Amino acid sequence: MSEWFTGLSQDFQQTFIDANRWRALLSGLGITLKITALSLLVGIALGILVAVIRSTHDQMTAQGNKNGLLSFGNFLCQIYLAVIRGTPVMVQLLIMYFVILVSSTNTTLVATLTFGINSGAYVAEIIRSGIMSIDKGQMEAGRSLGISYVKTMRLVIIPQAIKNILPALGNEFIALLKETSIVNVIGMKDITKWALNVQGRTYQAFMPFIGIAVIYFLMVMIFTKLVSILERKLNNG
Amino acid sequence: MNDEKLIQVTDLKKYYYPKKGEKRRNTDSQSVIKALDGITVDINKGDVMVVIGPSGSGKSTFLRSLNLLEVPTEGSIIFDGTDITQKKDENGNKLDIDLHRQKMGMVFQHFNLFPHKTILENMTLAPIQVKKVSEQDAKAKAMELLERVGLADRAGAYPSQLSGGQKQRVAIVRALAMEPEVMLFDEPTSALDPEMVGEVLDVMKELAHAGMTMVVVTHEMGFAKEVGNRVLFMADGKLLEEGTPDAIFNHPQNARLKDFLSKVL
Repeated sequence: MSEWFTGLSQDFQQTFIDANRWRALLSGLGITLKITALSLLVGIALGILVAVIRSTHDQMTAQGNKNGLLSFGNFLCQIYLAVIRGTPVMVQLLIMYFVILVSSTNTTLVATLTFGINSGAYVAEIIRSGIMSIDKGQMEAGRSLGISYVKTMRLVIIPQAIKNILPALGNEFIALLKETSIVNVIGMKDITKWALNVQGRTYQAFMPFIGIAVIYFLMVMIFTKLVSILERKLNNG
Repeated sequence: MNDEKLIQVTDLKKYYYPKKGEKRRNTDSQSVIKALDGITVDINKGDVMVVIGPSGSGKSTFLRSLNLLEVPTEGSIIFDGTDITQKKDENGNKLDIDLHRQKMGMVFQHFNLFPHKTILENMTLAPIQVKKVSEQDAKAKAMELLERVGLADRAGAYPSQLSGGQKQRVAIVRALAMEPEVMLFDEPTSALDPEMVGEVLDVMKELAHAGMTMVVVTHEMGFAKEVGNRVLFMADGKLLEEGTPDAIFNHPQNARLKDFLSKVL
């Protein structure tokens, strides 16, 4: 038993302390968090845009008013959703890096765009379900007061929709955080890459991989807690 | 009561077509639902016009057409000299329906207050966002209106904390905060518990006495008799009879109206 413990502490020493490996881990953590946060912003912005275009189009069509521009926008959105949801994010990342932005060496930009665009597709459908969950009387009340469609969306519908979809949105962001673990394929040194490096140097597998698993787990726990605090705050309002 | 025409409705039609591509053609086939089938009526300034009729008669559709929440299939609605059913106004500019809606307050059966905003925020949202009134002025005006309906002490509450009757009173003053020229009421008491109907009708009566032009779709025959100056009877999307409350309730002519009154009175 005590041998096992001694072995474990040696592993720990080798994995985290020797050669200041914890520094590389911290900078990897920074990269993971940075990509997640930036992609989150891109994803939300894109998601809201696509969701509003899609649900506005659906509403107009239901009323029998067809708008050419809106139909075209809706068509583009549907292609976007189909392509993004139909291909693996790792493939999207490789295409973005080696095909589309081949002239760019800014891997942060590539990763942010890829994960943002990917996440946007899922967020869009979540937000659209949120918009559809709001009673149509809310839109009518806003419009009857002379508030424009876009303003009613922004001030009345979206805030209520966000509240309804917060659990699903939280889920999506947890998935996003974990998906960033593939950025090492374009050479970014996130925490997963750090663990692979440590394994290569020390021939240890247990400590580095269990180590980053714990780190991912803790980040998800903290994030889940933050979402539930936000949920409670919104429910009071 | 002056005779100045505020809203002129001419031959208003709203048809629902079951399938795409059937529009305009086959208008007389049985599959077309005629929610409104040629309504012509003038609403004068100061009128309290009560619309009655069996359910499915098109009275709500008629009311909702007045501010274009329902887009009519045919016909015209001239409000303040502008035909609001057209895409362009008389000067060829794009018609801004939001501008006309500001002058038409609407009260819904299910209140439709904004649940994520306080009572005061519900009332100041449109004045601040649309009319660009300063927040201070909007608040002062809102408090004054809340005072009028006895709800000033609930200004900071959220809609979910109010009773149905209180919600509907707030909905009425929310519409009034935009200083509309006409108020449209879509069955304002139908979703209320019986003991709360009175408080809402009282507010509407007070409004009528203050000279507000009102169009009211309701099942409250007592209100129609007491407050209305004109009563419309609709059935099957048609305007079957129009007259003073006395004429409609005491001397009905149309057989459908007689039948309807025998059931509700």
